[in-house]
Amino acid sequence: MAETNQNIGTFSVLWRILARDIRVALRRQSDVTAVFFFFIIAASLFPLGSGSDPKLLSAMAPSVLWVTALLSCMLSLPRIFASDYADGTLEQLVLSNQPTVLIVAMKILAHWLLSGLPLVLVAPLIGLQFNLTGDQLQVLALSLLMGTLALSLIGSIGATLTLGIRGTGVLIAILVLPLYIPVLVFGAGAVNAVAIGMSPNGALSLLGGVLALALVFAPLASSAALRIALE
Amino acid sequence: MDFSVNNHTLSATNLAVVRGERMLFDKLNFTLRNGGVIYLQGANGSGKTTLLRTLCGLSQPYAGNIDWNGESIASLAEEYSKHLLYVGHLPGIKEDLTALENLQFSLALQGAAVTNSYAAEVLSMLGLAKGLNLPTRMLSQGQKRRVVLARLWLQDLPLWILDEPFTALDAAATDLLKQKIESFANAGGMVMMTSHQDFSLNVPDFLQLKLDI
Repeated sequence: MAETNQNIGTFSVLWRILARDIRVALRRQSDVTAVFFFFIIAASLFPLGSGSDPKLLSAMAPSVLWVTALLSCMLSLPRIFASDYADGTLEQLVLSNQPTVLIVAMKILAHWLLSGLPLVLVAPLIGLQFNLTGDQLQVLALSLLMGTLALSLIGSIGATLTLGIRGTGVLIAILVLPLYIPVLVFGAGAVNAVAIGMSPNGALSLLGGVLALALVFAPLASSAALRIALE
Repeated sequence: MDFSVNNHTLSATNLAVVRGERMLFDKLNFTLRNGGVIYLQGANGSGKTTLLRTLCGLSQPYAGNIDWNGESIASLAEEYSKHLLYVGHLPGIKEDLTALENLQFSLALQGAAVTNSYAAEVLSMLGLAKGLNLPTRMLSQGQKRRVVLARLWLQDLPLWILDEPFTALDAAATDLLKQKIESFANAGGMVMMTSHQDFSLNVPDFLQLKLDI
């Protein structure tokens, strides 16, 4: 047995956790694509419903795109931990040879790659429907790039706190949406700043600050909540 | 693999476990050493599963201590769980992944890796030759159970905590598993397990522990 059994390091274990989450998601594409199309459709409904005034459209674009991104991210939150909780793989993850906080961080990263990053990539295209300028589209993409990662991180706290509770959808919304407010304010604020000819750097730095805070605290809070959920 | 090279002990001192508002048991004491098998018995609801989960560190005891080599398992965290192989009630495998992928992943979680051909060999030995590359959702309950238990043949961990490992297994697989537990204990491994079936094992240090309500 010994000759075929080899040991792998921390990095390798974490990489496999990430790869597994992505592989499982790709075998169940409907979950991932549903959220993606929700974002596209919901954001596209606003221009259809609000007439053809280009000024009005571009004025409301940042908030509409950001709120829609927020809601799509929230819709996909239960996916991070719920199925692992139901089939017992979460217990095995917690009992692995790595600290729980690193494992949680990997699962959040997988969630962002599958549901946050696609929104960042498609948002500029949708922004075109709202008559946004090139500069605004760039800032929109950049703010979403930072913001969606922060959303996944903050959302993981809600996802772990509601594990094992029935009717989690609404509860997650109530828990998480208030925490999303800073991300929304600074993210949409950056795009709005460009629209009135100001520099978006201030809002983007504040958004970066929120992201940094979330990077440090969200995995810790989530792994603590996870341990409570497994009791 | 000889597990008696490193001496390990898992001990519970005055352990009390509560579920909800109800005290399941208190003042439970035992020590598990190399080569020891503790077979937990008790009626449904007597707290066997809760005790096993507490020994894994998944649940917190109400009172008392659980120590691994004299140190509390709560403070050791992954330094304890890296020695531990836990098979619980829930399968702990992903239905969308194949038997081989699931097995490789559960090995990786404890920092181990084997070649795919070797993992396939073990799964075939357990009667899964035809289901290797099927998503495990297509397998029967007993076959899923074999995928979960295949880790026992591939992982070099000194402590096994097994919750009803014989559930859903047929006679042939039950025998294979019994032999595996015996050879593991005789090589110095430590086992803590529950089962509904009455059975005994041919190991020198076999202790039956009865949980009374």
